[in-house]
Amino acid sequence: MKNNRPILLVEDDKIDAMTVKRAMKDLKITNSLIHVYNGIEALDYLKNQSNEKPCIVLLDLNMPKMNGIELLKNLKNDASLKKLPVVVLTTSNAEKDKTESFNLSVAGYMLKPVDYKQFVDVIKDINFYWTISEIPD
Amino acid sequence: MSLDSILLIEDDKINALTFKKGLSRISTDVELIILETAENALHYLRNEGNTPSIIVLDLSLPKMNGTDFLAIIKNDADLKGIPVIVLTTSTNPSNKIECFNLQVAGYFVKPLDYFELIESIFNYWKKSEFVQAVKEKENH
Repeated sequence: MKNNRPILLVEDDKIDAMTVKRAMKDLKITNSLIHVYNGIEALDYLKNQSNEKPCIVLLDLNMPKMNGIELLKNLKNDASLKKLPVVVLTTSNAEKDKTESFNLSVAGYMLKPVDYKQFVDVIKDINFYWTISEIPD
Repeated sequence: MSLDSILLIEDDKINALTFKKGLSRISTDVELIILETAENALHYLRNEGNTPSIIVLDLSLPKMNGTDFLAIIKNDADLKGIPVIVLTTSTNPSNKIECFNLQVAGYFVKPLDYFELIESIFNYWKKSEFVQAVKEKENH
């Protein structure tokens, strides 16, 4: 990534979170990964001033308590959090989820590949893109 | 659906041509539309009802500039879902924050290795899903 701030992963599935972590390690991405399990925990993390602000958010959609779309609505209504780039990483291929996500200005909507090599490719392209792109401070 | 068209809003003909060349090296199945002003782009999007997969926007444009265009797009219910990526020579941090507050999906400062830039944009957005275009729905 452009800077060395952490990546915030919002994901209720432990296996998927481990896969992201493993892919980052295989790709030698040095940013740390903060893993939270739902939208409520993500908001708690982001609103706590003592936590380091992430460079980007990787967001799953189907989660208990507060799902990805609800979290997006919260983020985009918050003057200090709306600038944070959010990339959706989900298994949902539903048109409704895509429409809602893009209307909430997500910076990408990636389907989780089942195959690990393809999963690594997705993380690689996300990393490369957000290394060349600027990231809000 | 997947990446099928890019709208490039760029008044510099050489930059536009470089982008076109770079993209054609990587892919021949993504349509590239190049418009020189934000006004023409708004007309293309609104009056002609076109929905590109993504918009690549130069910030310094004649007449209406890139940030004004962004503000209009993001306040338009029909257009706000199109991801907009900024290309600029500005290293001014306040421009960057303004653009991210206006919900850009990437902010690239020139000069960069142009081919690397296009490759990165292409590879990333090729992996992304998109909302099914309205014109496609109407064709049925």
